This record gives sequence, C-alpha cells and structure tokens, in this order.
Amino acid sequence: MAIVLKNEAVGKDFYLLKAAGDYPASMGQFCMLRAWDEYPVLSRPISIFDCDAEGISFLYKVVGQGTELLAQLRPGDEVDVQGPYGNGFPMVKGKVALLGGGIGVAPLYYAAKTLKAQGCTVDLYLGFTEEAMLEDAYGAVCDKMTVNVGGYVTDEINPAEYDVIMTCGPQIMMKVLANKVKGTAAQLYVSMENRMGCGVGACLVCSCKTSSGNKKVCKDGPVFKAEEVFGDE
Amino acid sequence: MNRLAVEFAGVPFKNPVVMASGTFGFGREYAQLFPIERLGGISSKGLTLHARSGNEGIRIWETPSGIMNSVGLENPGVEGFIARDLAWVNSLDLVNIVNVGGHSMEDYVQAVERLNEEQLDLLELNISCPNVKQGGMNFGVKTEMAAEVVRTIRNVCKHKLVVKLSPNAENIVDLAKACEAEGADGISLVNTFLAMAIDIKKKQPVFNNGYAGLSGPAIKPIALRMIHQVSHAVEIPVMGLGGISTWQDAVEFIMAGATVIQVGTATFMKPDKALDIIDGLEHYCEENGIQNILEIRGIV
Repeated sequence: MAIVLKNEAVGKDFYLLKAAGDYPASMGQFCMLRAWDEYPVLSRPISIFDCDAEGISFLYKVVGQGTELLAQLRPGDEVDVQGPYGNGFPMVKGKVALLGGGIGVAPLYYAAKTLKAQGCTVDLYLGFTEEAMLEDAYGAVCDKMTVNVGGYVTDEINPAEYDVIMTCGPQIMMKVLANKVKGTAAQLYVSMENRMGCGVGACLVCSCKTSSGNKKVCKDGPVFKAEEVFGDE
Repeated sequence: MNRLAVEFAGVPFKNPVVMASGTFGFGREYAQLFPIERLGGISSKGLTLHARSGNEGIRIWETPSGIMNSVGLENPGVEGFIARDLAWVNSLDLVNIVNVGGHSMEDYVQAVERLNEEQLDLLELNISCPNVKQGGMNFGVKTEMAAEVVRTIRNVCKHKLVVKLSPNAENIVDLAKACEAEGADGISLVNTFLAMAIDIKKKQPVFNNGYAGLSGPAIKPIALRMIHQVSHAVEIPVMGLGGISTWQDAVEFIMAGATVIQVGTATFMKPDKALDIIDGLEHYCEENGIQNILEIRGIV
C-alpha cells in the first residue's frame, strides 16, 4: 500500500494522483490501482504520468465505479499500486513527436521528460474534446506544443518532420495517424488500451492481434510498432 | 505439524489451495510477483490439442461482484505447453494439474493421449466446451454426453482424472454421479455460469459470442450449494471453486464437502490473494484446535 500525496482535479473529470514510493517506472508503463477491498473486482490499469524521487503520479479520467473511488482519495489515504507493468515506450534518438488524444495524453508527460533528458527534440500534440488541461506542465517538458480542442489533433501533425512518433488515445485516432505516417520515414509506436483483467499477462483477456500472432497488451505491450497492430489496414 | 496437508485422489497437497484454470496462466507471470511454491497447486490454463487464438472482440466485462469472460480458450496447444512450460511447472514444489478441453471427442482423446507420455499430477478435464459435431451443445450440460466423454477419456487416460463440471449442467448431481460411475478419480466444480451483458447504445451483446462466463464473488453462494449437493452424492473427492476470495469462503467450501479449493477471479483483486487464504486457514485451524483441515470437511 502506498500513501496518497495528492489527488487533484486538473480538468473536467480528470484527476492527477501522486502516491509516495520509489518505483522503477519507465515511460509508457502503467500500474494497476486499487483503493477498495473486493468490489469492484478488477483493479484499474492507469498510465504513469510522472515518476520522481518522491513518488509516482497518475493522470486518469473518471469514467466509472473504480475511477470514481480513486477520485475520492485524499492526501494521507492508502492506495494499492501494483506494478509498474508493461513494456513502455522505447528509448529512441532524434526528432520525436508525441501525440495524444483525451486521457491518452497521460503517458506522454513522462515520455517527453525522459526523451528530452536523453537529448531528443520532442514536439507534443495534445487533443482534447472540451477543454485543454495541464498546458503549463506539458509545455515545460517539450520543445514545441500544439493543442487541439474539439477537432482532430491528427490534422496538426506532419509526420515527415519526425524520426519517431509515439501515440496514445482512442483506437480510431491512432489508426488515422498510422495511415498518415505510412509512406514517411517516421517510425510510429502506439500504446494500446484493451480492457484488462490481471494486468500481468496471465488471463489473456487483453490479447491483441498482431502481425506475429496474439500479443498480451498488458505484458508484451501496451506499446507496439504501428505496423504490428494496424499492418493489415 | 502441517494442519493444511490433504490428499486428493492419492495425490498429496501441502495445502488445499489451488489456482484455478485460466486465471493463472502456467504460473510464470505470478512467479515474478510472489512465492508461488507456497501454493498447494496450479491448474494450468485450459489446453486444447491444437493452439487456439481465442475469441474476437471484448473478452472481459465487469459485473456487480464479478466478471464475465469470453477468452475462447486462447492457448499454445498441448505440444506448445509441453515444449515450453511443462518441465518448468514440474520443477516447482506444488501439485501440477493440467487442464484439458476439447471441441470434439477426437480432440479430447488425442490431447489426453499426448499427455499420457508426460509427467503430471492430475489431469483436469474441462467438459464445459461446445461440441462442434453436436450443434455446439456444451459437453457438460447433458449427463449422457458428459458420461460419454468421461468413459472415452477414462479408457485412454493414464493419469489421475478430475472432471471439471459446468454449473450449466441440466442436473449437476446426476452428472457428477455419472462421472464417478465412469471412473473419474475426482470432481472439480464449478466452471463459469453462462451469462450475458448488452451494450444498450449499440443494441447488441457486449460479447461477440453473445454469452460469456460469469465468475467471482457473485456466483459464490450458488457454487457453494452445488458443491454441497455434489460432495454429498459422490464418494470421490471434490475440488470446490466459484468466487472464493477469503479464507472464510474457503472454510465454507470445505465445510460443504470440498477437499481442495481453487482460487480464480480473486487473484485479479490482489495477485497473492491465495496466500492470504492459506495464512487464514492455518490461523483458523490453530485458533480452533483443528489438527487437520479435513476434520471440518463435509461437516455441514
């Protein structure tokens, strides 16, 4: 069990939770969070927003029973943080774009921070339905930030400008981006969001079809090369 | 003194807590998270003769106090399991239960014959599969069909045979008796309950197959009743499962007649939930002056 350091609303239905502890987290990984005993049955897979010496942060959207319970946590409360799990984004070099839609922006903060520290040029493209959030925070960890509210964030990017693009968000958005990236030299990595059970690769409910057979989103992913998961489209 | 040591169909268990098929893979993932050799045993992910890629679409859906799943027996096939995982599971200090399913009598027979050549402790026969040659009727629903599978497999299976029953059986007590009569060494029950969820926006079922299997605390009272009925109707030992998530649940299942209990969905609440159950059972025995947990088996 970890102690909640803060848990604040950062937008309509969006919360940023920080839990104390030393976690060996990589960008693009997630944790299974739980702040209740038996019900709801499943823990919630939540992207890692940031990680530092003080603790680990999660950006999440309240969409149902589990996230509603998470949103009620107050500083000093206990939260069960299982993980970090998953492969995360790969360490790359060169000019990188990170594109997120909705709550899919969550893993891009830590990714931008990490890649900047590695010497990459990092451009952020953030898409929101109703209102932007955490603009100052995101703006501080990238070279250029483009925010789109109410439209299609995929319209904003020219993939040919980049060596590597990483994306997280609605499947349809990632597919649109994958099509746009095709034919350019950019390598696209996508972070998949299938419904999960165990979170550790045992139950196979989050399987996703890839060019090399079924893969477990929780264990082999959540990050895949776009051509592995959207290759046939 | 090991108050939790039990014997099931001649196989010694250091404690009666087994991980249920389909919720624990072959144990490798959880071995990285907690000391799995404290477990009594593992029932493997359900294997079929050939590898299967499983069902399309959504595979899990949460319900009040439970989950529905429609994984569709995604598995590496018997050969894949033998090549990659069997030796590893056998190297562990716990009971190795290999779960086998099939979609035709021929599939069952060939899978079991292949496993005859291998070392394992118990073969758990999953009869909750649709029989593709009988219009997709589940093998575990009609007593006659279940009896035929068990009779056929008993004739070819060299291992101790545990038949895992479906709660969707027309008459689970008669079906269990038929399994016993055909030579099963033990019974495990229950598999998941056939259930449904509808996406009201799309006006269609959540699962591509229409129906899916319900597990978790939601089914516990019904599972417990079935274990009580079956274990009082047969002489062979019973493994009880269905929504067990606490040591108190485990005590209930043992009092109802189970010799061994299986933990499934609860592992998704907390990976080492089964260890909490083992600790709780140990403590319960000490507190109540119970020398061996089987003293309370079937007392209700």
